[in-house]
Amino acid sequence: MRITQGQFSFLPDLTDDEIRAQIDYAISKGWAVSVEWTDDPHPRNCYWTMWGIPMFQIKDGAAALYEVNACRKAHPEVYIKVNAFDSTRGVESMVMSFIVQRPSHEPGFGLQRTEEAGRTIRYTTISYAAQRPSGERYSS
Amino acid sequence: MHAPTSPASIDLQQILRDAEVQPVIDQLENELIGLAPVKARIREIAAFLVVSRARAAMGLEAATPSLHMCFTGNPGTGKTTVAMRMAEILHRLGYVRKGHVVSVTRDDLVGQYIGHTAPKTKEILKKAMGGVLFIDEAYYLYRPENERDYGQEAIEILLQVMENHRDDLVVILAGYKDRMDTFFQSNPGMSSRIAHHIDFPDYGEPELLQIAGKMVGAMNYRLDFEASKAMDEYIHLRRHQPHFANARSIRNALDRARLRQANRLFQLAMEGSVSVTADDLSTLSGADIRASRVFTGGLAEKK
Repeated sequence: MRITQGQFSFLPDLTDDEIRAQIDYAISKGWAVSVEWTDDPHPRNCYWTMWGIPMFQIKDGAAALYEVNACRKAHPEVYIKVNAFDSTRGVESMVMSFIVQRPSHEPGFGLQRTEEAGRTIRYTTISYAAQRPSGERYSS
Repeated sequence: MHAPTSPASIDLQQILRDAEVQPVIDQLENELIGLAPVKARIREIAAFLVVSRARAAMGLEAATPSLHMCFTGNPGTGKTTVAMRMAEILHRLGYVRKGHVVSVTRDDLVGQYIGHTAPKTKEILKKAMGGVLFIDEAYYLYRPENERDYGQEAIEILLQVMENHRDDLVVILAGYKDRMDTFFQSNPGMSSRIAHHIDFPDYGEPELLQIAGKMVGAMNYRLDFEASKAMDEYIHLRRHQPHFANARSIRNALDRARLRQANRLFQLAMEGSVSVTADDLSTLSGADIRASRVFTGGLAEKK
């Protein structure tokens, strides 16, 4: 099951040139670009692992792409996303976020129903991959 | 650039006009005095890039040409200034995307402890991507006397990026001729990755005088007749004294002359002279220049 989070996730995967163009746009707006990765892409998991610190001083998308590629090389079978943070007073939040790498096999999520008093149902989203220990989740 | 699919002929003039590269070359020609071999090389490189563009439009060439350069020459011969112009030319021709110049020295690239160098060098390289990385006094990167020096690590990362990210940044090394030669001898990989070695000659006396004239003009001052004569003598004497740094020495001399001129006007005011004209404020007199210690034997004898 293809995970759809962030921008462009209903489009085919972006090529490196397209990624660079998007990052160039973020830089032109003065946003700080950062790279993050995770092997637990639960929709409520907003804390992915940072790949280096955000890049504040870069002038060109190629620099961020360089880091994306370094991260891809170190972690070939995980999710990687690129974020852009707008530090303008009053905004101060992520304004762009898109996935630039996904594992070759994405097992997806299961829906677990828990029955409670008065026939109430509580729903939980469970990642199939996250049931295996970290590091073995997308190995096959 | 405008590139219809494999046209039969391409107008080189059109590419030149589109890139607006001619004004930059003209500016280089007009604003920089002397440096004939350097200008010739830059014109060659620009022509080569225009032709490469045309070839690419014809579908003749795939790989981007290697554009890393090395500027060698004595201090004050205009290496940094030319590097800035080079960035502009490369940007206009579309060989670097942003055209900014990141100017660094050894300190910015090499770390102080194990594991510090790689992130530091990469940080700088990332900053320079899309533009030109100008490494001043690049020979300091390699210190043969200390085999555990971290400079080697910086050189290795640099080489790797110069090779793999040719489209993303252009590296320009600068330094004194003899020391750069030793640097390249001990780092053959570096030498072979640099396509253009450009040597900056020293300025002659008439050129230095012209430069002085330009600098004075740019500062909105002028030299009176006496001052021009004094400047001429000053250049002649200064050239043979130690630590002569071509145009930079001239700039420093003029800066000090401005101080003396300000002091002279101030003295006049203290002595009761009421008003100064714009002419007084912008004229450097012979005395302002002749007060320099260069006329009394320079650094060597004053110590």
